[in-house]
Amino acid sequence: MLEITYSVRAGDIEHGGTASAWLKVELRKEGVSEQLARRAGVIAFEGEMNLILYATRGGTLHVAVDDAYIEIELNDDGPGIEDLDLAMTPGYSTAPYWAANLGFGAGMGLINMERNSDRFEISSHLGEGTRIVCWIDRRKDDNST
Amino acid sequence: MKFADVMELLDGEILEGVDVSEMIIDRAYAADLLSDVLALTDERTTLITGTISPQVIRVADILNVIAIIFVRGKRPPKSVVTYAQRVGIPVMCTKKTMFESCGLLYANGVRPCKNRPVSGPGSGCSK
Repeated sequence: MLEITYSVRAGDIEHGGTASAWLKVELRKEGVSEQLARRAGVIAFEGEMNLILYATRGGTLHVAVDDAYIEIELNDDGPGIEDLDLAMTPGYSTAPYWAANLGFGAGMGLINMERNSDRFEISSHLGEGTRIVCWIDRRKDDNST
Repeated sequence: MKFADVMELLDGEILEGVDVSEMIIDRAYAADLLSDVLALTDERTTLITGTISPQVIRVADILNVIAIIFVRGKRPPKSVVTYAQRVGIPVMCTKKTMFESCGLLYANGVRPCKNRPVSGPGSGCSK
């Protein structure tokens, strides 16, 4: 059983992805297969970058692992997403121009989190914040090395 | 083809000291948008990119990228190269464009990595 919480600071692009890269190492140490650690790393990376690029005051990345699931939860307290359907459309992005120069803002983040999850939940309220929870089912893993 | 042959073909420069000249480069994916690299590649691959931010190495590390080729004469800062070395990813730079680099590699047998392009009604290419 592994449980880790990372605090992610708003606008801290320099360190963007640090927590996710470290998470992948921790998951491998915990016996998670390379393939699932990759998927978890991708989910965490997208979530981490979202907190950096969009959340007013940053947020938290929480990961819990047991024999059955890898659970990745992201929370922030604003600004919230106005139109979730639009945000989940491939290519739609509200990333600032400077983020594009660094290679981000392709409008694939949330979709990519969903694609790498066995179960994906997102809820958001304007002015209150966004909560995303992704589960990867370790029992479906066909590559246990 | 071997990494050393790729270097010669692209008139490139290896940016870190590990001897990887015998490493085989047989698959590649080219993009500047790291979001696309994260979303659309589906296996271990070589990454061809003009983006030189530290996130390139973090993305490459998470995706098990085997090598990175920086194009258009872009040279990442030393801290980025050191990070790549620490996580064991060889990096090379070339003055050639992404288009020319890809063309040369393809003509010499390197193929697209397994990937999953965006598709679907209303949101992606239909064919």
